[in-house]
Amino acid sequence: MNGTTIPAPTIEYALLAPMLIVFGAAIVGVLVEAFFPRYLRKSVHVPLTLLALAGAFLMTVLQVVREGVPTTPSAMGAVAVDGPALFIWGLILVLAIVSTLLINDEDQFVAQAAAVPGSADEEEAVRSGYAQTEVYPLLLFSVGGMMLFPASNDLLIMFVALEVLSLPLYLLCGLARRRRLLSQEASVKYFLLGAFSSAFFLYGMALMYGYAGSLDLKAISAALGTVSGQNTLLLAGTAMLGVGLLFKLGAAPFQAWKPDVYQGAPTAVTALMASTVLVSAFGALLRVFWVALGNLDWDWRPVMWGVAILTMVVGAILAITQTDIKRMLAYSSIAHSGFILTGVIATGAFEQNQGALSAILFYLAAYGFTTVGAFAVVTMVRDAGGEAGHLSRWAGLGKRAPILAGIFAFFLLAFAGIPLTSGFFGKYAVFSAAVAGDALPLVVVGVVTSAIAAFFYVRVIVLMFFSEPAADGPTIATPTIGTSAVVALAAAATVVLGVFPQPVLDLAGEAASALFIR
Amino acid sequence: MPWLSILMAVPVLGAVGVACLPKGSHKPAKQLALLVSLVVLGLTVAMAVQFSPNGQRFQFTETHSWIPAFGVNYGLGVDGIALVLIALSAVLVPIVILASWHDTDGPAPDGRDDAPAPKRSAKTYFALLLVLEAMMIGVFAATDIFLFYVFFEAMLIPMYFMIGSYGGVQRSYAAVKFLLYSLFGGLLMLVAVIALYVVAEKNTFMFPELIGVVQDPTTQKWLFAGFFIAFAVKAPLWPFHTWLPDAAAQAPAGAAVLLVGVLDKVGTYGMLRFCLELFPDASKFFTPLVIVLSVVGIIYGAIVAIGQTDMKRLIAYTSISHFGFIALGVFAMTQNAQAGATLYMVNHGFSTGALFLIAGFLIHRRGSAQIADYGGVQKVAPLLAGAFLIAGLSGLALPGLSSFVSEFMVLIGTYERYAVPAIIGALGVILAAIYILWMYQRMMNGPTADSVKGFTDLNGREKWVVAPLIAAIIALGFFPKPVLDVINPAVDKTLDSAQVLDKQPASTAAEKKGAGQ
Repeated sequence: MNGTTIPAPTIEYALLAPMLIVFGAAIVGVLVEAFFPRYLRKSVHVPLTLLALAGAFLMTVLQVVREGVPTTPSAMGAVAVDGPALFIWGLILVLAIVSTLLINDEDQFVAQAAAVPGSADEEEAVRSGYAQTEVYPLLLFSVGGMMLFPASNDLLIMFVALEVLSLPLYLLCGLARRRRLLSQEASVKYFLLGAFSSAFFLYGMALMYGYAGSLDLKAISAALGTVSGQNTLLLAGTAMLGVGLLFKLGAAPFQAWKPDVYQGAPTAVTALMASTVLVSAFGALLRVFWVALGNLDWDWRPVMWGVAILTMVVGAILAITQTDIKRMLAYSSIAHSGFILTGVIATGAFEQNQGALSAILFYLAAYGFTTVGAFAVVTMVRDAGGEAGHLSRWAGLGKRAPILAGIFAFFLLAFAGIPLTSGFFGKYAVFSAAVAGDALPLVVVGVVTSAIAAFFYVRVIVLMFFSEPAADGPTIATPTIGTSAVVALAAAATVVLGVFPQPVLDLAGEAASALFIR
Repeated sequence: MPWLSILMAVPVLGAVGVACLPKGSHKPAKQLALLVSLVVLGLTVAMAVQFSPNGQRFQFTETHSWIPAFGVNYGLGVDGIALVLIALSAVLVPIVILASWHDTDGPAPDGRDDAPAPKRSAKTYFALLLVLEAMMIGVFAATDIFLFYVFFEAMLIPMYFMIGSYGGVQRSYAAVKFLLYSLFGGLLMLVAVIALYVVAEKNTFMFPELIGVVQDPTTQKWLFAGFFIAFAVKAPLWPFHTWLPDAAAQAPAGAAVLLVGVLDKVGTYGMLRFCLELFPDASKFFTPLVIVLSVVGIIYGAIVAIGQTDMKRLIAYTSISHFGFIALGVFAMTQNAQAGATLYMVNHGFSTGALFLIAGFLIHRRGSAQIADYGGVQKVAPLLAGAFLIAGLSGLALPGLSSFVSEFMVLIGTYERYAVPAIIGALGVILAAIYILWMYQRMMNGPTADSVKGFTDLNGREKWVVAPLIAAIIALGFFPKPVLDVINPAVDKTLDSAQVLDKQPASTAAEKKGAGQ
């Protein structure tokens, strides 16, 4: 009115298209839920979800091929679509497509989440063939959040992304069709602890704002050199941001939710979480600690050393005592977070950072595929009451289903880091980055815990191949095309990355070549 | 012609072929596996005759870039030491296949076999065996340290499944113990491999380019320790040996031969090739320690072997004693001792291989590995007993049999520099006579035990298994020169890289020739 104009923000729509596609499809998915008859919903959701994810992946690739990697932040400095972010996007999208193929198996999700477990309502819902098809839009929202999380160049955006990625996951965790109480318990635990850690993140953000006067990562980095006498704010803020981020990747001592949630959630959702969330969370962790707090590394590095050691040790040792396959894989995921953290610590000269970043990206890719494959196998080994979770039920599986057990054994060997599997090169890459970054003791801890971890992986192989099968052992579900495709793809990725890792290493190296943009 | 790649590709393709046979085709699987292994043996012979001992150090080299991001090459090549070990593997595998003909058939029809029925098909067993052969060749042929590491670790997996699926009562315990011990050692080596790469700053893992690169004494010591512990576990050297008796006793006889005869040699081979040449100063620094461990191992292994009641465990402990000799020879760092140690690796493969396989035949007949369950076998199965005796006598280093030459060379070579350890080590020879002869006496002599009365002597297949081994033992005992001619130049170059100036301290060239005859 008075003549002042507010300049319209510039948004690089093409660059952000992958995220926009995913979010757009999620909203369309909600509309589908609202307006389509029940019997049609699934047949609309599945293609919609897959198309959206594939389209987003295509746009990501196109962006890189046609325009190259941007060198400045987009959306008025709020989102940084740089090399690492694009690599992570591509990885998350592929893993999400793979997980969607698993989710497509309807047997895993509850008929009606609102029905009390064991009640007449539930029976009614099951009989009428209801299905909780909201799974698909929830998945898309979550994936959108995961894409934004590591690309945020501003703590506020990052917080929003954190919530967008987490809230749908809390819901998804509670939707298991069988052992529903366990699933709901997992969901509530995840929600409460997740909300708690979000609060930490938020508080850390506020303190950081108090210190730097800005939430922009670049501005925080700049403030490190100029603001003085506010160290309490800075250090407390750093610690709290760290808690919020480390929680998401399940680093010790913030790992307690992981086994419960992984066990309770429908296995397809566990596969999604174990692969994509880890990728996304590491991206965000790296961005905060390397971009905003990179010059503070003298202060946070010792703490991160402790966290990495603790994470590796806790993950490897507690995994030994587990008797449930999903809990065991959860602890294994904790241990692997610890291995990757050794790379996060390897800061130093520019080249070291590059090496560490590309190592982490490669590790995430290798681990992501193997994990999805392992959980896909878990969905196929079934008892009367659903998946045969207890390890003793897996005895003699090698006799009953040699190919499936062989593939699973292969995945386990990849987790253990045996050469000629992808896991070996992942481990090799981060450990060599850590050695180059003067973290040799950490690597020694890493290999010792790897040896411990090998014990429980090998134990499952012993059970499957060297034990007599139980008389009433689990049956192997005839896999849907989707599930077999997932297992085959994961196995292929594990072999290829284990024998010819160079193309992916090149890609990761390319993505890491300019580090994060500021 | 890429000989070494072909040598590895043939067994791998053979393994795929065996695995692809239709379900339940046990006999074709064995025949195909035997055929493939014989082809490999033929190719190895064809390659070996083209090897010129005094030519370039590494021959038949191939180098292709594998993972440029890590500086890793697919680098192959053999010197004399690697060549004889590859030849050993290529000879042993067909023999083992032939010897394992019935190992996967399940318990003997009369139910005497106390081992549980093997869980999986013959197909899998022989496919694993062929994969293992490819990896054994690869590990000795690798001239890229990273590639060596990859084979070093990956070869555990087929052996793990062979022990775990086809072994004795405690097979899964033994298999896991074997895997975890080796893996742990291997992971320490991985740290050293990474550190070597970082310290060297050469952006390559090619072994010849890394010789003499690490100069700092402290760094050398740490890296040496990383490599050495992995090899000491693998060899195994006292006190890292405890997995071997379990693994060897529980493994099926054929797998035990490859485990003790070839896989463990990777440890001593690694010490000779990598520890000495990459870290010469550290090697000299640690020599006293290693020599003490070796001598302790020689005596300890021999004494414990005497007390064993299970013949496979007994043979395993004798091997610990023999690995002590080999390590002693390697670290004595004289021309004689190292040539002797290398020759010992080959001879030990044949004599221990023969012992394990004949023990396997006995176990197959009697269904027990306990020495006390036998007696007077000589009367019912003279050929079997005779072959066992020859293999055993070679194990105790009787002159005229192969092990004598190598053991003598090791002791002479060690005496030149370290007199006391050599003298103590020589006591091991006496103890060896006790464990072998006493075992023979208890099992083969005396009144024939009832359970042994029904024994048949060696059948045609078994003769074909035993004959080449006995022939090798006797031939190498009388005329080791061809093998030594291949080994000596390679040992010379090893000592050069290890910066040993004084290769023949007491001027014992004459004795060396004497030993060779």
